[in-house]
Amino acid sequence: MRTPLLKWSLLTSAAVIFALPGLSRAQITMYEENQRLGMESHVGTMTGHAKDAAMDYRRYCVGCHGPLGDGNGENAMWIDPKPRDFELGIFKCRSTPTGTLPTDSDLFDTIGRGLDRSNMPPWNPLSTQQRVDLVAYVKHFSPRWTTEKQGTPIQIPAEPEITPDRVKAGQDVFAKMQCWKCHGVTGKANGPSASTLTDDQNRPILPFNFTEGARPKCGSTDVDLYRIFMTGLDGTPMPSFADNIKPEEAWDLVFYLRTLEPENTYNHKEREIAKQLGLKPVSQSQ
Amino acid sequence: MTSFQRILAGCLLLAFFTAAGPNANALPAFARKYGLRCSACHESWPMLNYFGQKFKDNGYQLMNDRDSPIWQNNGYWPVTFRITPNWHRESSDKTATDQSPTGEQQVTANGFDVSGLDILTGGTLEKNISFLLVPSSDETGAFHFESVNARLDNLFGSSWVNIKMGKFEVDNIVSEKRILTISENGGGFEIYHFIPVNDSNIYGQIGDNQFGVEWLGHSVNDRTRVSAALLSSNDGNVDLPNNAYSGFFAASQAFDAGKLGTQRVGFYAMVGQAPTSFLTSGGIPIEGGGLGNKSFSRVGFNGIFYVGKLDFQVVTQHGSDNAAFSTVSAGETARNSVWNGGFVETHYVYSPQLVFIQRSEWVRMSQQADPTVASNLGDVDAYTFGYRYNPFMNARAGFAFHNEYSWVRARGLAPDGTDLTTSSVMLGFDFDF
Repeated sequence: MRTPLLKWSLLTSAAVIFALPGLSRAQITMYEENQRLGMESHVGTMTGHAKDAAMDYRRYCVGCHGPLGDGNGENAMWIDPKPRDFELGIFKCRSTPTGTLPTDSDLFDTIGRGLDRSNMPPWNPLSTQQRVDLVAYVKHFSPRWTTEKQGTPIQIPAEPEITPDRVKAGQDVFAKMQCWKCHGVTGKANGPSASTLTDDQNRPILPFNFTEGARPKCGSTDVDLYRIFMTGLDGTPMPSFADNIKPEEAWDLVFYLRTLEPENTYNHKEREIAKQLGLKPVSQSQ
Repeated sequence: MTSFQRILAGCLLLAFFTAAGPNANALPAFARKYGLRCSACHESWPMLNYFGQKFKDNGYQLMNDRDSPIWQNNGYWPVTFRITPNWHRESSDKTATDQSPTGEQQVTANGFDVSGLDILTGGTLEKNISFLLVPSSDETGAFHFESVNARLDNLFGSSWVNIKMGKFEVDNIVSEKRILTISENGGGFEIYHFIPVNDSNIYGQIGDNQFGVEWLGHSVNDRTRVSAALLSSNDGNVDLPNNAYSGFFAASQAFDAGKLGTQRVGFYAMVGQAPTSFLTSGGIPIEGGGLGNKSFSRVGFNGIFYVGKLDFQVVTQHGSDNAAFSTVSAGETARNSVWNGGFVETHYVYSPQLVFIQRSEWVRMSQQADPTVASNLGDVDAYTFGYRYNPFMNARAGFAFHNEYSWVRARGLAPDGTDLTTSSVMLGFDFDF
């Protein structure tokens, strides 16, 4: 009696051991099949396919962003800021108005550029096709991409000439819009509201410190800075100012912000002007 | 135990080794620092992918303003240990023995063993100042320094100016230090260490880490890479060098090939001088007493090619040693040793957890130092295949179930002057943490 029982026990154990990986694979497979794996992306003339990026996502992204794209990868607890939750379909770096979905090119640029002062590295060693495919894979996590249209990129007027009047006007905008409340009067991220800021998931978040020489997350050029405050950084307390300032005022603000940064590739002229004007920090009473 | 029970036990064991799980990898110290899985940098550890190569070329930095050690938890320690307990079988078809009536016989040995230990420490001392220190022991625990170097990265804010000094692997894009095969016969690339018969030049082995200073420049996305190194011609040995120098130059270009992936092609050259004799005291060579420097060269092409899950690493070499390096007897007219060789290594990366490996190698003498010997004396053919399975993958440690077979034939090197064939079989647990 004991021998048949032992045989059947061993058989059952073997069946369970062999079946478990298959079952878990089946669950993941069901999830994948049910969840928009047919998603495509379009960047320039290239088309990306989510299903072609599954292995790359597993290799490069899953440790932080998690297998479900919810930002709960096994390393997420150790890193700050936390990885993006792709299920929400909310992204900081966009060329589109606040509240709307970014374009595929926006996501492609973020993947290639990385996000400074975070654990998101620049993935530009990956091939263009790999990154386009990964854009499609990122999109497939959120239903927003099937229920909403992507936003239309904002129009950015040509950058005007940098003049002392524009730098001074930019300082006035900085004061009027009360940027100093978060970023501080000298751009040191030590404004009176800085310590109270939280993101859309109620996690503490710091404003950008212009004085430490770091690159803004969404790009370093003047156009990138313009785009940041005219589209806002969705998911963070940084709003869009598109309804509050005119395009020429936005350019003035760009020039003034450059004076707060240490010397870099982009701000030599602005810093010279600030020196000539003897610019002082804005007053907190403004 | 009945036959049925034996079969079932075997199935259970097989199931244990093949059960799905998370993924596995390389310098876990780097993975711990950045919160990335090891698979982000390694095609299959320890072999680098393009992202990992860029990380290395940036001085072990992601260039995300978080590379300076001040951003790390105080408890973080940039150290990794790697070792491989294993079972292996070594066989040589013709070994000289006293017991054999013909003076030679086949010798085969097998059993459990352990590899040497690598202690890898590396990373940043400060932003754009990086280091690598690798004390390494053989299987008896005798240590040496495999790598010791510090590097100034991105000088003048440019990825084109990086200066490294110390002991380091020369800039081979197909790196032997990250080889996927580790058996006695298969644990190195033949052409990286080839020394012709009747040739004493040990200083041209591009697979050995060397002492020197290296400039490396690369584009921001690491697609274009160039390097030039000035090396002491002492084959990476410490203490007094030999007053001879060589240079190692490399350049490569990677390009996207659409759905196929990113391909890289390049060339390398090691040219220099090395001593052909030594000052002696009591008949023993004096350290640093090298004399009679003569020239040598190793030049070739290399490439890494991807076709979906397959990738091919190709290296060729044309080598030449001055006749003065020869050990030809007095009265014979020595010639330059000249040879050509290379290898093709193929990987099928089923997933970051499972990689199949195959390598074919060859070296062919085109001119012997000794004109009286057979033209193919010392020619080498080698064949290696195996696979590595990583049952888990995370950012903390790596473990690979390693299986490998390697076969090498050297023409005319058996004691009786016929071909010598050796083979290795290895099953091991290759782990690092």
